[in-house]
Amino acid sequence: MSDTTGSGPMLAADGRPLKESLGRALRRQKLRALALIAPLLFFVLLTFVIPIVSMLIRSVDNEIVENTLPGAVPALAAWDSATQDLPSEDVYQNMFFDLFNASEARRHTRLGSRLNYETTGLASLFRTSGRNMDSIGEVFQDAIEDVDPRFEDGAFWYAMMNGTGGDAMLEMRRARWENLMDQDMSADIGFMPSQAIIEILPTTAAAYTDWAIWTVIDDEDVVSEEDPWESVYAALAIDLRNPATGPALTAYQGPGADALQALAAADLPELTFTEAFLDLDEDWGDKEVWETIVVYSPNYTAGYFLNAVDAQLTSEGVSMRPDNQQLYIQLFIRTLQMSLIITGSCILLGYPIAWLLANLPMRTANVLMILVLLPFWTSLLVRTSAWKVLLQQQGVINEILVWLGFVDDANRLILMNNSTGTIIAMTHILLPFMILPLYSVMKTIPPTYLRAAKSLGATNWTAFWRVYFPQSVPGIGAGSILVFILAIGYYITPEIVGGTDGVFISNRIAYHISSSLNWGLAAALGTILLVLVMALYWCYDRIVGIDNVKLGG
Amino acid sequence: MAKKMRIAENRPDLFRFTMPLTALLAAMFGFVGGNMAAQPMLGALIGAVIGAAIAFVAETNLSRRTAVRWGVIAVLAIAGLVFGNVGTAVSGALIGAVLSWAAYWLATGAYGMTVPIYYTPAQTLWHNAFKFICGLIFFFLVAPLIPVMWLSFNAEDFFTFTPEMLNFQAEGYSLKHYRDFLGTDEWMTPLKNSLIIAPIATIISVTLGTLAAIGLSQSHVPGRQAIMAILISPMIVPLIISATGMFFFYAPLGNWLEATLGLSQSFVGFVKVILAHAVLGIPFVIITVTATLVGFDRSLTRAAASMGANPVTTFFQVQMPLILPGVISGGLFAFITSFDEVVVVLFVGSAQQQTLPWQMFTGLREQISPTILAAATILVIVSIMLLTTVELLRRRSERLRGLSPA
Repeated sequence: MSDTTGSGPMLAADGRPLKESLGRALRRQKLRALALIAPLLFFVLLTFVIPIVSMLIRSVDNEIVENTLPGAVPALAAWDSATQDLPSEDVYQNMFFDLFNASEARRHTRLGSRLNYETTGLASLFRTSGRNMDSIGEVFQDAIEDVDPRFEDGAFWYAMMNGTGGDAMLEMRRARWENLMDQDMSADIGFMPSQAIIEILPTTAAAYTDWAIWTVIDDEDVVSEEDPWESVYAALAIDLRNPATGPALTAYQGPGADALQALAAADLPELTFTEAFLDLDEDWGDKEVWETIVVYSPNYTAGYFLNAVDAQLTSEGVSMRPDNQQLYIQLFIRTLQMSLIITGSCILLGYPIAWLLANLPMRTANVLMILVLLPFWTSLLVRTSAWKVLLQQQGVINEILVWLGFVDDANRLILMNNSTGTIIAMTHILLPFMILPLYSVMKTIPPTYLRAAKSLGATNWTAFWRVYFPQSVPGIGAGSILVFILAIGYYITPEIVGGTDGVFISNRIAYHISSSLNWGLAAALGTILLVLVMALYWCYDRIVGIDNVKLGG
Repeated sequence: MAKKMRIAENRPDLFRFTMPLTALLAAMFGFVGGNMAAQPMLGALIGAVIGAAIAFVAETNLSRRTAVRWGVIAVLAIAGLVFGNVGTAVSGALIGAVLSWAAYWLATGAYGMTVPIYYTPAQTLWHNAFKFICGLIFFFLVAPLIPVMWLSFNAEDFFTFTPEMLNFQAEGYSLKHYRDFLGTDEWMTPLKNSLIIAPIATIISVTLGTLAAIGLSQSHVPGRQAIMAILISPMIVPLIISATGMFFFYAPLGNWLEATLGLSQSFVGFVKVILAHAVLGIPFVIITVTATLVGFDRSLTRAAASMGANPVTTFFQVQMPLILPGVISGGLFAFITSFDEVVVVLFVGSAQQQTLPWQMFTGLREQISPTILAAATILVIVSIMLLTTVELLRRRSERLRGLSPA
């Protein structure tokens, strides 16, 4: 103990400075607390936060265009839609190879559906054109095989294309397939493009490599035993059109040199890809098609969000959709309106009940509380089915009214499959969430205040309105925000009793997830809803505080 | 007579108060009843006469309340049976009970006994009207469940009441929907799936949640607010958004599990749904357990430690028994969350993981059979049992914490 009497710092029993010792104890305590929290935090991050983040990413993600058209998208960069009418031959040529590969992998329809969200008609354009890409290739294949029948043989092709030094080409084509298929394509394919061929016939080498990778990894065949795709013949014809190819071929000594030299001397079809595409479908000559591809070629897009607020992104910038296609703003407004009505009716019905429960003797209040808690604990689906039983045209309410003669049998009330049904059923379902917070606030208001007000001469109404009501406002605020947050994201009840008029934005999200498969739009709608709820939640935290959330009284 | 009759000292006048009011109430019933025969005014008139008669009988037989009330009920029930069928007889009995109660309530002055003596008549009226409104709201809260339970005994495959049911004829009722529910794979497989998914999800959320709640209740937790916000977020984020996010993330996760670990598709499906449900239940565990820990006396753990118990022993022997009510009620909330959840399982699961609510949901959307109502009735009974358990636990917890028992 004599240590502490000196001029030095105060020391703990083990001889360390007390400050350090306390700091260490505090640090250990913090670490222990964190160690207890860590497993759950990790669990929630993995199973909940990351999925939400993945939804946020999905709402702006647009890699599909570049992944499906890896050649055409960069080529389109040179096209100036303001001055030029149509893109150059180079773009059409790249489009041919991209679409050819995509249709072999059956991915062209996906891109078509994606672009169809922006410009109607693109889905069918991509679907039919993708199917017909091999007919363009066949024109060249037939001509080439007429010149030298050896080109019909897969082994001949393999001998000609296989070699060494083409690692860079192979990896690049693999990467393209991986982007397109979103799966691992790194297995050994037993083929390596020859560097000599790549230098003389670059397009052919690329097309052949594409085919080789697909043949081995997806079709599980051997490269040397299979005949290449039509696109490879088209690529060869393109290479031979290049004036530099002829002289280069004369110097070439590798396998198949004689066949290639003969081919270079022969007459091949002069068909351009622009003509071929316009022949397939005149829409390929439509500027709007190409503009859509250009506008939606970046990897990230605001397009889904714009769609979610009834706008669209065109080459001229952001514009609103035509009136007859507008849907979402109205749906958001309706969701908010109906949630407000539901919240309002919950306040109206919940306030008297909370007041009664808070002012009755404890024993009676507890018994009555069971009547509030029973629906709260009953399955949501049970309550929803109850309302379906009650509200439908042949339902209990209509039957009773008809039986009593108040409603004509032919003119039964339409209580379901519209907003009335949703509002009635959801008010009932969410009412306990209003009563419980209101009750816990009203419990804390001393009844003596009201008596004091009355003894000072206030009427019942004044005493209530000037003394009691202001003190119960925090309860109304808490209950309202809770009910509103819950209502705004409701799915099950509107889906069953809402019909078409009574549905919420959440039903539209579910529709896009499971029926229309426009996942990007679903993610964008979900993100907007999430932001809305987070803002409300922030208010809730301000008014009540998260720590004060109570369950079941 | 065992029960002492409560009669106010200054009872209201028969002809100026009790009789007109009872007659008015009876006239309303008469109006509704007459409306069935397209004669509402005649019905109202007959009702008023009957009401006046009941008021007179009540006034003159104040002390023989029980006998008179049963008499009125019997007379009106027989009248209903004579003019209609069993259904109208039951209605008649109910109306008789209400009218005779009202007549005595007015005649004995019981309506004014619950209000302070200085209340004006208008205030007394408002007081009783308020109680009546509250009664209606309670009715609105609980009544919708009654037709569901009633209809689940329907002998027909309808969602509506048949005439036989309304006339209380035995052939209108049957247990066939319960047999359908218990005897077909269509319902038993979903029930089995629910009973696999919900308990496992509950165990995960209770274990992790309780540990984290203990961690959160320590005095020094860095970033407590932020951690709390993250852990509560599954409750705040609307289910549809959670489901959308999980739909995007769990599909590749499942594919990865199948491809790299070689697990079967069905097993991976269950894992996905269980993980999703576990995370949805966690906020409830956190909230209830932290609430219990607020009242926990820390010196108890220190005392245990000073007597040589290691932290694990302290936790299981000292802390756990005291916070157990909170843990169990949190677990019940987590269980009901999973057991009652449709949206996420609809998005994340496949047909093999079809749960009971999912089956009910598809049934309601396509309206296949009233077996849904049998399932609903069983679920109501389950929820009543759960509610009772939670309520008992809450009381026990309050008793343990030394708060006054209700």
